[in-house]
Amino acid sequence: MEAAGPDVIIANATGCLEVFTTRFPRSSWQVPWIHSLFENPASVASGIEVALKALGREDEAKVIAQAGDGGTADIGMGAFSGMLERGHNILYVCYDNEAYSNTGFQRSGLTPKDALTTTSPAGPTSWGNLTRKKDLPAIVAAHGAAYIATSSVGYPVDITRKVKKALTFTGPKYLQIHCPCVPGWGIESAISVRMARYAINSGLYPIFEMEYGKITKVRKIKKEDLVGVEEYLKPQKRFAHLYKYPGGEEHIKAIQAAADANIEKYGLLAE
Amino acid sequence: MRRILEGSQAVAESVAMCRPKVVCAYPITPQTHIVEGLARLVAEGRLDAQYVLVEAEFSAASVVLGASATGARAYTATSSQGLLLMTEVIFNIAGMRLPVVMTVANRAVSAPINIWNDQQDSMSLRDCGWIQMYAEDIQEACDMHIQAFTIAEELNIPVMVCMDGYILTHAMEPVEVPEQEHVDAYLPPFKPKFYLTPKDPITLGSMAGPDAYMEIRLLLHQSMQRASFTIREEANRFEEAFGRSYGDLLGSYRAEDAELLLVSMGSLLGTMKDAVDELRDGGHPVGIVKVRTVRPFPRTQLHDALADARIVGVIEKDISLGLEGILCSEIRSAFCGAARTPNISSFVVGLGGRDVTVDNIKDIALGLLSDDTCRVEVAGIDHEVLWSAHSEEE
Repeated sequence: MEAAGPDVIIANATGCLEVFTTRFPRSSWQVPWIHSLFENPASVASGIEVALKALGREDEAKVIAQAGDGGTADIGMGAFSGMLERGHNILYVCYDNEAYSNTGFQRSGLTPKDALTTTSPAGPTSWGNLTRKKDLPAIVAAHGAAYIATSSVGYPVDITRKVKKALTFTGPKYLQIHCPCVPGWGIESAISVRMARYAINSGLYPIFEMEYGKITKVRKIKKEDLVGVEEYLKPQKRFAHLYKYPGGEEHIKAIQAAADANIEKYGLLAE
Repeated sequence: MRRILEGSQAVAESVAMCRPKVVCAYPITPQTHIVEGLARLVAEGRLDAQYVLVEAEFSAASVVLGASATGARAYTATSSQGLLLMTEVIFNIAGMRLPVVMTVANRAVSAPINIWNDQQDSMSLRDCGWIQMYAEDIQEACDMHIQAFTIAEELNIPVMVCMDGYILTHAMEPVEVPEQEHVDAYLPPFKPKFYLTPKDPITLGSMAGPDAYMEIRLLLHQSMQRASFTIREEANRFEEAFGRSYGDLLGSYRAEDAELLLVSMGSLLGTMKDAVDELRDGGHPVGIVKVRTVRPFPRTQLHDALADARIVGVIEKDISLGLEGILCSEIRSAFCGAARTPNISSFVVGLGGRDVTVDNIKDIALGLLSDDTCRVEVAGIDHEVLWSAHSEEE
């Protein structure tokens, strides 16, 4: 918000952010803000953007849509795709905590493989979430979005810079911010920033920017910062079953392989 | 100017004269010709609006929600499955008090899949907090849209203008198309009571807990009740401006001294008027009460309009499965605690485009005159088809 400035109009999805900031009759928002439903902030923002155009007020405000990973990648996917396809001048921000946290941490399309959620529990016959995390930035890129970036609450200055940069582009922009969910991930709040940084520094959550379909910048992992995925997995209760049931080490190996593949694909290691 | 127009085209032209700033819709039969007409008007430069092509009705409703909240006059149209897909947004638009106007080209609801006319779609959404009006013919549909914008914007309640699919949307009729300047004089530019702008930031769509939710819903209910006055005022103001009147929340036809009053809404009324003319010619004291507005429900007006009849037959193209025709149940509620109640019967007709003829209506009326026992009937059934289905079940 600080990066975007006061001249914005926000369309928010249903979720923790909406629930804890707008309990009637009070509101934490000092900018014009609207919440309609869980799955439609992309369409509501589209309506705001065309209304500003139709009324000759397009210079009045920048339009920002905000939603979580479930609202974006699952239930709101059609609306989000429509917004991208139509080319609206909107910054869409997805807060990715890798599950439906507002309703108590259920599995979403952005839940990573093998993570335990309340609807993908682990046990002797299950390793938790059976599917891999949907590559949403790639899907957005396929729509021809002007600017795409991933970022993380582990590096707030990076978020600020990317919001400012995104808003210099005309057309649809997408920013996906990785956010640890303390109760959902089963971690102490004191280590949530460290967990966010380990996700990046293990290669599991690549941080990059794309302009008009081409990767223009990646966040390099310094040699001294590089961590194995176990540093990231071990402290989180959502991965505890990998250390409990026999065969878990195979899954950990596969997760490490996925991280290594990201490091290779995006060239994440600093020289 | 009087022109021969297809219903959908006539409605598109009327909507365009209301100068919506944002039009957003998704194609669905039989609504499609309306939004195609509006798309042409925008392409020809005759309507200065943003026309948004969306990926589903859910987004069509969400786009007009966002546009209306930003202070733009916004319009959409749909039918049947499209309306049901919009449902969550439909409730939301009303709860947020956004004065959107939407046309519903009434069509049957699947399954079985059926693209023809009945009124099950909008009647199933009567509790969503929108004003619901039903047009009898193409001219009324056109004029109702112009009134709808004034009513919606005056009350901050969205309005659904319901017109029968095909029967009205695809028929050609002579239509009196008003002059733009007359519409402009009747319907001034939209001045929103609140809207999203950084100049005066507001929060819309807050979370309301058990401490406030009921009060907010009650406020909408009370505004909906007050809408009766606004609808009546607008009907009068429209008549003064354009010289046409269709009644206010109700209308009537040859209802004076009627022993039997038939009640209905939408295009069925035209067929019923022909039937009543023939019945009156035969000396049968039959008349019609027309329901223009299903929400707000004109309970006291209906009570007063029907109280003197001995028999009431409610004929409608929808059904609350397991009960009876929806409008009939609601009309019964108008007589709750009344000193005298007519014998009220429910007749469900014309589902899924089944033709309803003058003779069907006469049969219902003559049947009621000879036996006024209250009953629920699904009329116009092919008993051979039904019989074979029953024997298969067994």
